[in-house]
Amino acid sequence: MAALVALTVSIISFALIYMAGDPAVALAGENATPDVVAQIRAQYGYDRPLPVQYLDWLAHALRGDFGTSPYFRLPVSELIADRLEVTMILGVLGISFALLVGVPMGVLAAMRPNSLIDRAALFIAVVGQAIPSFWFGLILIVLFAVNLGWLPASGADSWKGFVLPTIVLGYYATPAIMRLTRAGMIEVLGSDYIRTARAKGVKPRKILFKHALRNAVIPVVSLAAVQMGFMLGGSIVTESVFALHGAGYLAWQSISRNDLPTMQALILIFSLFYIFFTFLADVLNAWLDPRLRK
Amino acid sequence: MKPITRLLGCAAIALAMPGAVFAGKADDTVTVAFTRELDNADTYFSSARESTVFGYSVFDPLVERDPKTGEWVGNLAESFTWVDDLTLEFVLRQGVKFHNGDDFTADDVVYTYSHFSDPATGVAMPNTVAWIAGVEKLDPYKVRVKLKAPFPAALDYVESALPIYPAAYYQKVGSAGFAQKPVGTGPYAVGSIDPGRGFTLKAFDGYHAGSSKSKAAIGTVVVRSIPDVNTQIAELFSGSLDFMWNVPEDQAQKIKAKGGYTVTSAPTVRFGYISMDVSGRTGFEPFKDQRVREAVYHAIDRAAIRDAFFAPEAVLTNSVCNPMQFGCDQNVKTYDYDPEKSKALLKEAGYEKGFEVPFFAYRDRQSAEAMIQMLAEVGITANMNYLKYAALAEKVLKSEVPMSFMTWGSGSILDVSASTSKFFDGSAIDDVKNPDLTALLKTGDTTTDPAKRKEAYSKALNIIADGAYWVPLWAYTANYVMSPDLDFAPTPDEYVRFFEMNWK
Repeated sequence: MAALVALTVSIISFALIYMAGDPAVALAGENATPDVVAQIRAQYGYDRPLPVQYLDWLAHALRGDFGTSPYFRLPVSELIADRLEVTMILGVLGISFALLVGVPMGVLAAMRPNSLIDRAALFIAVVGQAIPSFWFGLILIVLFAVNLGWLPASGADSWKGFVLPTIVLGYYATPAIMRLTRAGMIEVLGSDYIRTARAKGVKPRKILFKHALRNAVIPVVSLAAVQMGFMLGGSIVTESVFALHGAGYLAWQSISRNDLPTMQALILIFSLFYIFFTFLADVLNAWLDPRLRK
Repeated sequence: MKPITRLLGCAAIALAMPGAVFAGKADDTVTVAFTRELDNADTYFSSARESTVFGYSVFDPLVERDPKTGEWVGNLAESFTWVDDLTLEFVLRQGVKFHNGDDFTADDVVYTYSHFSDPATGVAMPNTVAWIAGVEKLDPYKVRVKLKAPFPAALDYVESALPIYPAAYYQKVGSAGFAQKPVGTGPYAVGSIDPGRGFTLKAFDGYHAGSSKSKAAIGTVVVRSIPDVNTQIAELFSGSLDFMWNVPEDQAQKIKAKGGYTVTSAPTVRFGYISMDVSGRTGFEPFKDQRVREAVYHAIDRAAIRDAFFAPEAVLTNSVCNPMQFGCDQNVKTYDYDPEKSKALLKEAGYEKGFEVPFFAYRDRQSAEAMIQMLAEVGITANMNYLKYAALAEKVLKSEVPMSFMTWGSGSILDVSASTSKFFDGSAIDDVKNPDLTALLKTGDTTTDPAKRKEAYSKALNIIADGAYWVPLWAYTANYVMSPDLDFAPTPDEYVRFFEMNWK
């Protein structure tokens, strides 16, 4: 199933990339004449029929050979491996940040619906959804890098360089996690077994964490797994603002200069991430919720 | 960058309080930001400006143009002579060493020229080496380069497109190995390269004294690729960046307003123009009528657009070439901004109610929108098609672009053979297909006598202006921003000579 999805994605993306423009023209650069473009087209095999090019690519890709980037003249697998590290670190940090902030805030908001805390949490959620991440990133840069001078404005030379990007990327996923935790908690806290537990005199803290949160958090886990897939493929803006040069930024660059082999490989890898994390979400859900295991 | 993105970015940066301590001078390291990245340090396989800039500090050409006088001066060659129209002879400098200690000799020149002009090598810009027929070693310090046909602009390509590589080392490590550890004779040696992220250069102590380039004054150059200009500005304000180039005009003005930084603008070889399909190759009829083309000329207020979006130093041009280029005669017929005259001409041509035309552009969106607005005022409905450059170039090749706002960088070649001659060459992409014009440009491209070249180009440019073929717009400038400690005078060729940077 997962393999079929990946295959479909690769076929569609291959077709779309070709529709977007002639890679030979992009490679030839500004001062190229038509015969130069034709020469480049032949050199890279872009003059062959599309299905032939696709099958050729697929045959190599299945053996782990994604070809050579005509821009960097480096093997695509090497290029991507180098960039993926930054994106992975950022993705893990981002989702951890979102969970560490989103879940407690959701719980707090659910304990006292419509209170000041709930309103504050709602405000943070709305702002998080509405604010463009590049702008939020810049504000943080101006504040912490320029005015206070605590953290670097860009680059991934040390752990300090990851602090601001983590906040920007993580904040984007926080509202959904927080709102889902809150909704789940409110629903669970109003259910019969919680009332029973309260009547039995179970300590409120135990009710909250052992009885309520464990049930309320199930949908959050699958959401977080899906969000993780998004963070790995969607950190383009964050990577660009903070000059992190990860896989997301590489994807964007490859698109703007029609670097076919790199684009094709990245699309495949990103779709594999989505497939993997959606699968992971199902597994986690089954593990957390005994009812799903049957 | 979208205007809204830019506006928000400017607003964010406006909150910043620059007051940083500049670390650069203390440790003799200048930190430079590139918006794009160095894609390949084996510069023959890159068509990006970033690699040209990199190569200019690390490698040397045989000869180069003095950026101040425009005269040809020797670098790795002591002198050169045109033996005849098809033969260039270079006497090479002795005692020059590569960064790895190898001696520079005729063998390096012979290998570099023959290897990279061989079509099988597949360099990124084949037309920059296509004129070379062969190269011959006369003695260890004398070579002859043979041309396929008379080509007076050859020296421009010797300078910009043919840096000399160490033959033995390159053959040993190959292109990929060379890209990771490039070796040249230039003022800077490569310290490290992180593909796509940046690179570090170290001053080369053994730089040959006879060179037309100066010895590097600053010990270390760190180049970082920072794609977002706002982030670059933040780095500048926090004191971790010393040099930015190609800063958009509005951002440059913001930095200037903050005070304390050196903001300068320098001319570049790039120029803008509006193309029209004069011959009807796209199947679009109206521009076949000269009155319609003149109407377009009269409709565009170039000065207003320049004043609104570009530096005041961006000069308006009369011909579709850069006034700095050899042969770019500006003394041709001009058409002033006159919307009434424009309307009258359209009426005369039978387009009283105007017409619709697809209008293509790929950069400076606001300028393109202003042009569309101006055309609308005389009754021409130009419909915007804003594309990436590669997509637009493809449409041009396929004859699908009746009208466009384009720019041309000429590969920094200061010669009309790299600009106007490319547009009206009689090929499939020639919008005009006027045999007289093509012949005159060809004469200019292949005649060795400078006076005769100038004459041919001037006649050609007059034909273009008299026929109102394309609308010349302006020559672009580039903004450079420097930290207060840094001293650097930018040159029109945009090579960003790191070795000419100094601390104040």
